[in-house]
Amino acid sequence: MKRVDLGGLGLDRGGHLLVKRALADAAPGEAIAVTGGPPDLLPQLNAFCRLNGHVLEALPAGELVVRRGTTDDVRRRTAARIVAYPPAARPPATWGLAARGARVEAGSPAIDFSLDDKDAIWSDDAARIYAQAASAQWDPATAVPWDARFELPDDVEDAVVQVMTYLVENETAALVVPARFLGKIHPHFREVVAVLAVQVADEARHIHVFTRRAGMRRAELGLSTAGGQASLKTLIDEPDFALASFLLSVLGEGSFLSLLTFLRDHAPDPVTRRVAELSGQDEARHVAFGLSHLERHVGMEPRMRERLAAATRRRHDALAHTAGLNDEVFDALVLLGAGSYEPAAIARGWDAVVRLTTEMDAGRRRRLLRLGFTDVEAEELSSLHTRNFM
Amino acid sequence: MGNTTPGSPTRRAAFVLGAVTYDPKVVTIWEGFKQFFLEKGLPFDFVLYSTYEAQVEAHLDGHVDVAWNSPLAWIQTERVARAQNRRATAVAMRDSDQGLTSVVLVRADSKIGAAKDLKGKRVGVGAKDSPQATLIPLLHLAELGVEPNRDVDVVYHDRLVGKHGDHIGGERDAVKALVAGTVDAACILDANQLLFAKEGTLPAGIARTLAQTEPFDHCNFTVLDDAAKAKVDRFVELLLAMSYEDPVVRPLLDLEGLKTWKVGRVSGYAALDRAVDRLGALDAWLEGMKAR
Repeated sequence: MKRVDLGGLGLDRGGHLLVKRALADAAPGEAIAVTGGPPDLLPQLNAFCRLNGHVLEALPAGELVVRRGTTDDVRRRTAARIVAYPPAARPPATWGLAARGARVEAGSPAIDFSLDDKDAIWSDDAARIYAQAASAQWDPATAVPWDARFELPDDVEDAVVQVMTYLVENETAALVVPARFLGKIHPHFREVVAVLAVQVADEARHIHVFTRRAGMRRAELGLSTAGGQASLKTLIDEPDFALASFLLSVLGEGSFLSLLTFLRDHAPDPVTRRVAELSGQDEARHVAFGLSHLERHVGMEPRMRERLAAATRRRHDALAHTAGLNDEVFDALVLLGAGSYEPAAIARGWDAVVRLTTEMDAGRRRRLLRLGFTDVEAEELSSLHTRNFM
Repeated sequence: MGNTTPGSPTRRAAFVLGAVTYDPKVVTIWEGFKQFFLEKGLPFDFVLYSTYEAQVEAHLDGHVDVAWNSPLAWIQTERVARAQNRRATAVAMRDSDQGLTSVVLVRADSKIGAAKDLKGKRVGVGAKDSPQATLIPLLHLAELGVEPNRDVDVVYHDRLVGKHGDHIGGERDAVKALVAGTVDAACILDANQLLFAKEGTLPAGIARTLAQTEPFDHCNFTVLDDAAKAKVDRFVELLLAMSYEDPVVRPLLDLEGLKTWKVGRVSGYAALDRAVDRLGALDAWLEGMKAR
């Protein structure tokens, strides 16, 4: 008979681990002898066996024998192994929150994650993009030269504050949209969940630094316009992950890449320059992920392109009655491009903003081509993108 | 209605179980089992009582067909039934209802080395109607020559009287009193020694076991001889067929604390029977039942 010696340890202090390990090596119905333990081991072992489906036999010689039952390993025996990699095409709801590679007990509750179709959300690049994002996180307290000394004319400071006001509400939309989908994605696709989670954190940081820059020298922020919010509302209202991702990441954040580059190049002070630069690096990753999973999606489902195009047209129509980018932001960008109210400088600023919109258009068309749209389609869809940039 | 789960049967058709609300999970357990029985074609329903006394009376009055009884409720039912020339039967029980023992704990550093050393001391017990934490261990001490309330002061921890100690709060209070030193001994179920060690109420090494009772049985499903035999048989058959391997019923079995249902037996109630007589635990109640 197999034996286990508790060496003075009671079941009230972890002795059951030794008994369980010994039982695991025994077949159901097989007996093991338990020796050692405290003087009052008998009641402890009696309770342990009763609660775990084993049979306790006290032999006349005073020896305690545990006969293994059949139910102690039921959970493990009837559990199903979740595939580790690559992820399943359509993970069942009963896998729930369990880790890939884990065994999931039969009878686990079905947890409703409506985004459970690999084709609709997966990207083979997700793990790489997440790793890059995790290593590229920056600390707003130290990465931005908040203490740098600079003097700006009031007009220029006002322009910076207006642009920051605009950026904050746009980045808030860029936070809310992935956050809304985050809780709906089956956790089986953990790399996708991770990328979106960092994306949300990125946007929170952008909102923080833009707000801080706006408040450096002004007690009040600039104007938030009805048209701007109407444009962003169409993003928030889009219930389809692929379509929202297309409109936000590929077209919107793609355009923002050009805008943040413009701000970096024309920033009148080191703080504005740095926050634009750091945010731009993060946005580039968001665009890369959006493009990556949509590229895979349209590859699996070519008709998807028609839906993306239709969504762009629908959004354009919904915004047809709105003013688009507000004059305050446009004029602020011209002034930042100019640096002063000198007529010649304003002309340069104007030209710079016109170049910016041209670059935005070129960038959008490039990305649309990557998703398999023709030149003609790309030109049309880019032109229909919101005049509010995001 | 189509192919939906059947609803509740009428009282006339139903096989009705009584259970006592010692914990909110009782609702989950019996709603779950009800679904199981209905799906297997047994027209099942249940009624909850706040005390075993109310349940026993209702059972004797025919309001329920089967009662999920504590061991004390079993004895109550059995004794009144016998007095009325009726017959009570324990038809099924949990595997974990068989072979329980209780222990009398003392502080590890106390000089108490045998039951007789308890004389003149304070013995903490659970609720006054708890078989495992009061009646059976007090009987055990009495049979060792230490008469409760004569040789020792019995300190009751009356949590939720009427639940017959199913609510373990009384036992926990008895152990807390032992740890605090306000009693010299505490009587609890063997399994609760492990539970209280795990939750930190009774850290290992603080107490040692002075005495262990003889094995006894706990709850059972009780029926009276006027219950419809075919339904009782089907009920027991379905209980015994529940498998811990079945992921649908396993959570319910876990909540109810068993791995498998067993055919009922009454051989494990001898100690409680003696305790009831020796301690007079049911005298007043039985008088009251007679006067009904």
